[in-house]
Amino acid sequence: MKVQILGTGCAKCRQLYANADQAIKAAGLDAELEKVEKIQEILAFGVMATPALAVDGKVKSAGRLLSADEIKRILGAA
Amino acid sequence: MSITRSEGCAVAPARPAWQYLGAGAAAVGAWWLLYQQLEVLAGYLTYELLGLGRETHLGSSVAFFLFEVPKVLMLLVLVVFGIGIVRSHFTPERTRRLLAGRREATGNVLAALLGVVTPFCSCSAVPLFIGFVEAGIPLGVTLSFLIAAPMVNEVALVLLFGLFGARVALLYLGTGLLIATVAGWVIGRLHMERHVEEWVYSVRIGEASGESGFMTGAERLRYAAQAARAIVGKVWPFVVAGIAVGAGIHGYAPEGLLASIMGKGAWWSVPAAVLLGVPMYSNAAGIVPVVQALIEKGAALGTALAFMMAVIALSLPEMVILRRVLKGRLIATFAAVVATGILLVGWLFNLLL
Repeated sequence: MKVQILGTGCAKCRQLYANADQAIKAAGLDAELEKVEKIQEILAFGVMATPALAVDGKVKSAGRLLSADEIKRILGAA
Repeated sequence: MSITRSEGCAVAPARPAWQYLGAGAAAVGAWWLLYQQLEVLAGYLTYELLGLGRETHLGSSVAFFLFEVPKVLMLLVLVVFGIGIVRSHFTPERTRRLLAGRREATGNVLAALLGVVTPFCSCSAVPLFIGFVEAGIPLGVTLSFLIAAPMVNEVALVLLFGLFGARVALLYLGTGLLIATVAGWVIGRLHMERHVEEWVYSVRIGEASGESGFMTGAERLRYAAQAARAIVGKVWPFVVAGIAVGAGIHGYAPEGLLASIMGKGAWWSVPAAVLLGVPMYSNAAGIVPVVQALIEKGAALGTALAFMMAVIALSLPEMVILRRVLKGRLIATFAAVVATGILLVGWLFNLLL
């Protein structure tokens, strides 16, 4: 599983990355976490509101700072 | 940070709607009862428990502070939560669909209105701008959106309502929307499309995948609660500090102190207030209580509102972010047109009120 955090580097984006990291570790998932910071790449996902979270190339949430629990649920581990 | 942790109790997915409605009605009822008692409580605390005299400077300041702080914070929680529910229905994707294919004029009005209800943070101004341009939304319409989003601010609206009443709050809302609409339209008339950075036009936007827009009722409530906690958590120190300054001026500064320099008679005070406000960067929460105190001591309402609008609508950090997609000429025009709009509104208020 590949989890991508889309954001141009604002505070909310960094917090979402930290929450995703926490969620993956807490749930013991075998997932690769990656930041997508280039604006062209973010737009290629069809995302206009950052921060966004994508799983295996599919956008699951945009424009919201998800909690670690919410991320766990999205990843199917809660 | 506590904002990021959602409580475990809100997770259960399928609770019947009437439970939420019942809980909501009870919460609003309790809110209203407490809100009604605030002035009496503040008076009791100040004059009975602390034993301060009713006619003293200190008593007047303390009573003002103890009444205004809980009042404004309670209003803030309620309104930010309510706006959060409204915003959970509007995603940028939806707003883009609503605006695509609109002509100028009607497009400008709609964009200004959507700027108020679409969730927006200045950090996503760039992807949003490109998304709008790519959908063929005219530049002026896009800018109407980008002007309204920060200018018509729910925190400022609450504070103006709490401290000045409904009339001033509505005037602020109406003139804010008007400035955003007209400024965007004017920039559209100037045909400045070539002052957008070239790379913007070559970006291709992917099809939105996944179900990011859909939320259940419980998710909307959680979204609104998260917004209320995040915003109130961020602005309360400014509110308290602002009201403390306001309370000091309320109790100590003589009436009419500012009438000569910031009063209606001094026409130049409006441009001076705008010029002073543009480089300043503060949030609405900190600035409104100070503005209130200024007005109480004789500053004209139009001058004070122009100052506040200049501070919150035009900020240096946002200009820097927008510089990535707009060339210098367009940024300068943008700032000049919006500042002119604020100036006219300031004069209009001073003339009418």
